[in-house]
Amino acid sequence: MRLLTHNMLSSNIKGVANGFPLRIEVEKVVEKQVDFNADFLKNMFAKIEWKALVDASRSMGYSELPGDANPSMLDSDDFLQKFHHALLELHLEEGALVCPETGRKFPVNKGIPNMLLHEDEV
Amino acid sequence: MPSRTAQIRFVSSHPEVYEPCDDSFALVDALLADRTNLLEHRPTLCMEIGCGSGYIITSLALILGQEANGAYYMATDINPHAVKVTRETLDAHGVDAELITTDIASGLARRLAGLVDVIVVNPPYVPTPEEEVGRGGIASAWAGGENGRSVIDKILPIADILLSDKGWLYMVTLTANSPSDICRQMRQKGYASRIVLQRSTEEESLHIVKFWRDFDTQGAASDIYSVKKTGHANLVESLLSQCSQLSFWRHNNGNSS
Repeated sequence: MRLLTHNMLSSNIKGVANGFPLRIEVEKVVEKQVDFNADFLKNMFAKIEWKALVDASRSMGYSELPGDANPSMLDSDDFLQKFHHALLELHLEEGALVCPETGRKFPVNKGIPNMLLHEDEV
Repeated sequence: MPSRTAQIRFVSSHPEVYEPCDDSFALVDALLADRTNLLEHRPTLCMEIGCGSGYIITSLALILGQEANGAYYMATDINPHAVKVTRETLDAHGVDAELITTDIASGLARRLAGLVDVIVVNPPYVPTPEEEVGRGGIASAWAGGENGRSVIDKILPIADILLSDKGWLYMVTLTANSPSDICRQMRQKGYASRIVLQRSTEEESLHIVKFWRDFDTQGAASDIYSVKKTGHANLVESLLSQCSQLSFWRHNNGNSS
């Protein structure tokens, strides 16, 4: 699971008002290189909850992202490289995503988050 | 030249996962036929709902290939076995997608709203007793409830939330699902539609329908509603319904005479 996906996931439990962002519990992180694509990053920047990405990347052991970001930074190659690495190259391979409101854990196995709910959570 | 669709011999399998079949092939053929348009569309996020064996999302990634290198792929399935098999199928073809085990897009719809440029769906469309829907396992790949519409009718409003302004939805339907009724429903949400591929097999008649937001249609729909606001709506609507009833009556009358 890339942090791009983490940035798009919320707790879907019935009655949870503020299910974003899910806290990350790390067992295993892997890094996989992917081609750098500045256009993709520029397209996605406005859609990313920056603080959630910063916190998520820190919990995965990467603390190079600036705490605040604004669109003018997209002109900086150094910034784009860091954004690229955090968003697309860090994978949570094993661990869990934790609902910020209820503490319910959604397991992540082999890089795949399982967001299926129990009957009493739907 | 490398193949532009997934190779059946590289598609992984599991006893609890639906294997690629005529419906899967029809959807991939429709995507392949629409390749030029898809490339011009320049999608950023592409998504499959109900990825099963992974044949379709893998094929989509191969069809768009390097020429759409700004595209990212996501796929969901309610069946955990299916998501694992999809991972193996993607890996075997050297392509990648983000995978999530979830019911349709549960957990994604809030943040992913309006961001998805292409959605592909081969839904569980087989008419079955309603209690067979949602039993899990391989049945979730085909059990569609009454008229095969139970899950389709859940997917459509979610697809509407996820699709970007320029978003396209490709969906497999069966004659029994009444595709024309599905298109009418989507028209009310402001979508134009076209049957991009029609194929009859020994067992079923498949239609691949493509939907896109049609701002002209939305304009036309809002024209009707603006009439409504002026107070003539009831009159107009009752006239319209009388006209259609009348023509229906005439038609029937003609048949019986």
